[in-house]
Amino acid sequence: MSIAWDAFTPATALIGGAIIGVAAALFAVLNGRIAGISGIVGGLLRPQAGDLSWRIVFVAGLVAAPLAYSLFAVLPEVRIDAGYALLVAAGLIVGVGTRYGAGCTSGHGVCGIARLSPRSNVATLAFIGTGFATVFAMRHLLGL
Amino acid sequence: MYTVASFLAGLVFGLGLIVAGMANPAKVLGFLDLAGAWDPSLALVMAGAIAAAAGVFSLMRKRTRSLLGAPMRLPSAGRIDRRLVLGSLLFGVGWGLAGICPGPALVLAGYGLPKGLVFIAAMIAGMGVFEFFESRKRRPEGSATA
Repeated sequence: MSIAWDAFTPATALIGGAIIGVAAALFAVLNGRIAGISGIVGGLLRPQAGDLSWRIVFVAGLVAAPLAYSLFAVLPEVRIDAGYALLVAAGLIVGVGTRYGAGCTSGHGVCGIARLSPRSNVATLAFIGTGFATVFAMRHLLGL
Repeated sequence: MYTVASFLAGLVFGLGLIVAGMANPAKVLGFLDLAGAWDPSLALVMAGAIAAAAGVFSLMRKRTRSLLGAPMRLPSAGRIDRRLVLGSLLFGVGWGLAGICPGPALVLAGYGLPKGLVFIAAMIAGMGVFEFFESRKRRPEGSATA
């Protein structure tokens, strides 16, 4: 392992992380809910009266974030290297996996660990583990 | 009020993802690539997020109502079962393939990137597959099918 010091951004990582944590805390304090994105989106597919609007506006808030950011500063560039076929496969797997596992990076990785949930600790170790393994296989075994 | 709070929480969450670099799939893959030139940034994103949220969650633990009066719907500790583990293992594979998880996917859609929209469409389709099998399971044996 070698550390990519030129890519390492400790300050913005910590600050951005803290902002994410504040958002999750705000959501729990005000609305009594967990800011778990996969659960919020997944719940839209199981429509129940009175349960839709808060999900839709939370998603709208996330989608509006780049626009809001660009009002105050230049948006950081993002790069998606994966091709369309890979994106479709990845999206399908993420969709199925997060719903069976009852959470993703936000619900388990941030909220769950912050709540000291044993389930979320296990889930986070599991998805980070296979995330590491998948990138290893893709980049270093298959050379993609 | 709940609706405004929801929108704000989503917006602030998204801003955090952008500031943190989590919205950039190339950077996420740099974190997941332990054997390459490893970018540890995302470990600090998680640490920062957990540190900021943990105190508040512990304060809210004994409350039954949120500050706006909504019932607290934080999950109660449950069993570590096969679904949790297999689902999470699977999620990690998908995450590693493209470097995108659900929150950043929505932010990427806000960037107006077609690739972000394609990922989201596939992700929602995947969630639909889950719902399809769940609804079959929930339906009592032998009941009429639609």
